Amino acid sequence: MSTILVQVIVGGLLLGAVYALFSSGLTLVWGMMNIVNFAHGDFVMLGMYVAYVVYTLFGAGPLWGAPLAALVLATLGIVVYFALIRDIMKGPMLAQILGTFGLALLLRYSVFWWFGADFLSLPENLVGGTFEVMGLHIQASRLLAGAVALVVTLGLHLLLTRTSLGSKMLAVAEDSTAAQLMGIRPDTMQAVAWAIAAGATGLAGALIATFFYIVPTVGETLAIVAFVTVSLGGFGSVPGALVAGLLIGVIESLSAYLIGAVYKDIVVYSLFLGFLWFRPQGLMGKT
Amino acid sequence: MRRFLWPSVALVLVVAYPLLFSTPFQQRLGALVLLYAIAASAWNIVGGYAGQVSVGHVVFFGCGAYAAMGAYAHFALSPLVGIPVGIVASVAIAAVVGVPTLRLSGHYFSMATIAVAELVRLIVSNTDYLGAGVGLSGPTVPRNVFDLSFISALPYYYLFLAILLLTLGLTFWMENSRMGFYLRAIRDSERAARSLGAPASRTKLQAFMLSAGLTSVAGALYAMMFGFVDPESGLGILISVKILIMAALGGAGLLFGPLVGAAILVPLEEISNNLLGGKGAGLTFVVYGAIIVLIARFQPGGILTLIHRLWARRARAQEAPVAAGASHAP
Repeated sequence: MSTILVQVIVGGLLLGAVYALFSSGLTLVWGMMNIVNFAHGDFVMLGMYVAYVVYTLFGAGPLWGAPLAALVLATLGIVVYFALIRDIMKGPMLAQILGTFGLALLLRYSVFWWFGADFLSLPENLVGGTFEVMGLHIQASRLLAGAVALVVTLGLHLLLTRTSLGSKMLAVAEDSTAAQLMGIRPDTMQAVAWAIAAGATGLAGALIATFFYIVPTVGETLAIVAFVTVSLGGFGSVPGALVAGLLIGVIESLSAYLIGAVYKDIVVYSLFLGFLWFRPQGLMGKT
Repeated sequence: MRRFLWPSVALVLVVAYPLLFSTPFQQRLGALVLLYAIAASAWNIVGGYAGQVSVGHVVFFGCGAYAAMGAYAHFALSPLVGIPVGIVASVAIAAVVGVPTLRLSGHYFSMATIAVAELVRLIVSNTDYLGAGVGLSGPTVPRNVFDLSFISALPYYYLFLAILLLTLGLTFWMENSRMGFYLRAIRDSERAARSLGAPASRTKLQAFMLSAGLTSVAGALYAMMFGFVDPESGLGILISVKILIMAALGGAGLLFGPLVGAAILVPLEEISNNLLGGKGAGLTFVVYGAIIVLIARFQPGGILTLIHRLWARRARAQEAPVAAGASHAP
């Protein structure tokens, strides 16, 4: 295999790790409450803008920007849960989809109104520049983003499967009435799930902002990436999202390299529709 | 006969509107309201009656618009020739998307429709035959009346009105047919409907295909009125959003809901764009987003449902004293 191909695959894996992180947020909420957050891509977008604002105001890099983005988005997640989600969850499907979709528009165009439609970006060498390992050129920003995203996604998985908080959340997802009888408050657990999901998503946004263009409508594309990842990985499954995220990162990079950058989204969207046709329960999902 | 009173009064007003408000701006506004009412009524068939929220209806709108303009640009034919082509393409896309996703929960359907709309927009933006990023234009100077290229908005107004009445007529017929009963049963409880033998997936698919075909007609009419179509005006996701929010605001699943929604939102958008200029576009969608969230949170049935409920309450309040008096009689 030529070096350049390896380089493309490594780049894809690093991007894929970030995809996996923000898709974990979507899959967590979907699996736990059977709600698809159509504003999910815009949560990523907000994370990017938080990183951008932190940079323009304080000149600080992702070391400050990323935790702050996680914090801001986690707060937003809690607010959104109590103000909107808790009520529309009981409503008809139309209300559920309209509610989160309206939220997406509200967030996207508030940012558009405030920052304008210009493409923004963080300075290229904010996180180290590029270095060479075994003949591969790797951008420090992408490496940092990929590594942190991988660690946080694995951390999320451990949180859900190995801690008492995780067990309580899964209990609510399984049967919220039974969980209530065991002394677990479904409301609190679901708010916590929204905080974790939105926080992880904001973190992913701040990480991706170090090397991605920043624009109010970026969430539209990223939301579809998250849908593809989740439907590929099976809804509710964080390990599934991880595998699918890495896979999609690689597929996207390879198709950009082999057939042209314009077609990478076309490949990913077609893949999504193909999966809906043949295996809607995802790669790891059960029938 | 009383149930026909208000619709006939409304019809007379709608027919007389461009004569009462005759400035070019007012006539154009009226035509746009009717055009969006057609698209929103078409969406209503699958989104309201079948309860399957399509967020990618713009793809059908674009099929119609591109077919109409393509008929002129490539074959020098009347844009009208494109209408059946657009309908066939839309119904085919609806089948391809609907067959796998309508078996699954509604979320999958919504996600798939977004993905299809974006996919088609990307493909068209990179296809030279369809004008790539620039789009296709219609006739600049009309050759004859079949080019449907008029300077005044008045002919468009009455054309759109005719198509809207046709769409509403079709919807009304569907509502009262076997299909309408199936759809209502499925929307209320799909499992119960299935167990009683209603063919759920097939009926939803039929509703989706009917809705797609009608939306494509709206797209063709839109392109004829504006004389061109490009990826943004014919396939942008925001058109889906407008169509959807008009139906939901007025009342999804009600015959006249989309018309009410269009009559509120189209003037709102035109006026805010006129007042605020280009910067207003962002603000308009902030308001749209807020409206959708508020409807979903407080009034998922839309404005017409709210009005019906208020009327019912008033009617009860008028009956109540009589009933109270009667109970004292013996």
